[in-house]
Amino acid sequence: MTMMDSNFLRDKAHWVWRETLAIHRRAPETRLASSLSPIEIFVALYYGGVLDFDASEPLSETRDRCIISKGHGSICMYPILADLGFFPTEELQRVCHAGGFLGGIPDPIIPGYETVNGSLGHGLGVAAGTALALNRKGAPQQVFVLTGDGELHEGACWEAIMFAGQHGLDQLNLIVDNNKVAMLGYTDDIVTNGPLAQRLAAFGWNAVEVDGHDVEAVRAALLAMKADRGGKPKALIAHTLKGHGVPGLENAALSHIINPKPELIDTLLAERP
Amino acid sequence: MKPMAMRDALLTRIWQSMATDPKIFFTSADFGSPVLDRIRADFPQRFINVGIAEQNLINISAGLALEGFTVFAYAIAPFITMRCYEQLRVSLALLSTVRRMNINLIGVGAGYSYVVSGPTHQCYEDLTLMRALPTFEVFSTADHVTAAALLERCTERAGPKYLRFDAQVLPVIYTDADQPPPLSTGFQRHRTGGDVTLIATGYMLHTALKVADRLAADGIAAGVIDLFDITGFDRDAMAETLAGQSGIVTMEEGFRGRGGIDALFFEYQSRRGTPLPHLAIGVEGGYRFELGTRSELHEQVGIGEVGVTAAVADFARRVSAC
Repeated sequence: MTMMDSNFLRDKAHWVWRETLAIHRRAPETRLASSLSPIEIFVALYYGGVLDFDASEPLSETRDRCIISKGHGSICMYPILADLGFFPTEELQRVCHAGGFLGGIPDPIIPGYETVNGSLGHGLGVAAGTALALNRKGAPQQVFVLTGDGELHEGACWEAIMFAGQHGLDQLNLIVDNNKVAMLGYTDDIVTNGPLAQRLAAFGWNAVEVDGHDVEAVRAALLAMKADRGGKPKALIAHTLKGHGVPGLENAALSHIINPKPELIDTLLAERP
Repeated sequence: MKPMAMRDALLTRIWQSMATDPKIFFTSADFGSPVLDRIRADFPQRFINVGIAEQNLINISAGLALEGFTVFAYAIAPFITMRCYEQLRVSLALLSTVRRMNINLIGVGAGYSYVVSGPTHQCYEDLTLMRALPTFEVFSTADHVTAAALLERCTERAGPKYLRFDAQVLPVIYTDADQPPPLSTGFQRHRTGGDVTLIATGYMLHTALKVADRLAADGIAAGVIDLFDITGFDRDAMAETLAGQSGIVTMEEGFRGRGGIDALFFEYQSRRGTPLPHLAIGVEGGYRFELGTRSELHEQVGIGEVGVTAAVADFARRVSAC
């Protein structure tokens, strides 16, 4: 990857960060902190040549399936999907407004969203079923699924993790946005995921960890993960910061429910063009 | 015609269809049957046992259906409905509103059919819960012929469906091959009544027929309807069938007054106006742990042949006097 490409991804991530703040400024019902932690993950997936997709045909047979299980924490996908042509950019002005389709929690009526999201603990199982289907159809496409770390408290996630390991679903790629904060505090203080990579490995997965805000490193890890068809499901644990880049929000125990003041967002947008 | 288990009747047809329809996929939450062994043996690429994990059963099935498979998901009735209700709601009912999916849940163990297993394995709430999900079609069959006849409905029509099957082998209702259960209307009248009509589903259809015989001996002419398409029965045809009756009696192996087919007919009648007097027969007294035969248990909770006959006779006299 050239330096120009690398700058492109970093610039794109910064642009998405700004757009996400701006959407939240217009629609404070959206979840900001959990939408700032996975920005580099989505930028790497969609701009870094990891996912195959066709914005003009979002459900094309030849697409890689991208299931965003932590739906409410993915408002940053709105500018990305608009930028890539999944829907008109003007829709970004109508987030959470009557007549629009970009809600506070994204639904599959949005071109580019595969499933019902945000009710936590479903995406991984549906992704495992999708990976099984692709395997049985002999299709080469892969499934990427993004969960939060608090989301892994849901038992259904572990049913799917055991299942995927049992059946060696090597078209299944789990990305954990490991921002380490749930709604009422730090995940480790509620129910810890402990040594998550080792836990997943014990269930038959290949699991690696990455700095989730180093977009270059995330892209490299995702490409390596996609290339790995070694008979095991794969996981990337991306260490991120909830509320990344916003003073008072970043890594705050209650960041999920804190809405930064509009003036703070205005200041940040002015200071970091 | 020799009666057989509902599940084996449908599973035999699924097994036959899997040979010619490569889109059919069968998932199980570690629940079996002799016919299922054939599916497992002959189509190992399109059968999967997810283990004792109904939440995952539904999510895996949802993923398969999103990719175009016609999925049959199979488990014990209370577990495939209540253990995973959030998955049914989100991954099937909600998602199928936007994405084309064909998933057919086969729940075995309607009502008291696991007689000695007690309330965990018995199932008196599922009709209420499953008809609460607006995209679901719900079927409740009284014999294996009806169960088997549902195959085309399952394979040819997309959307999520719930098939409520008895765990026991019940007598055959539709013995005449030339007169199959009418899937297009969703119900069948078996006796023409003069006074009241019993609308029964599943096992209770058999009780209703016996009750009608007893009532006939008392000079009361009771009609009997087998209601097997709970959500989609032909409303106009039902109105025609009930025309001229003095009252209706709903009969279900589910809790009375908790949103089952009694509520269905309260709603149906009030929507059409001029409702007939309605006697609701269903399980009373909540959860119980007594042991006994199915008919003994039924008498204890108010849905047995003897108790229902007395209740309907009293009801018929009252409404006829009106």
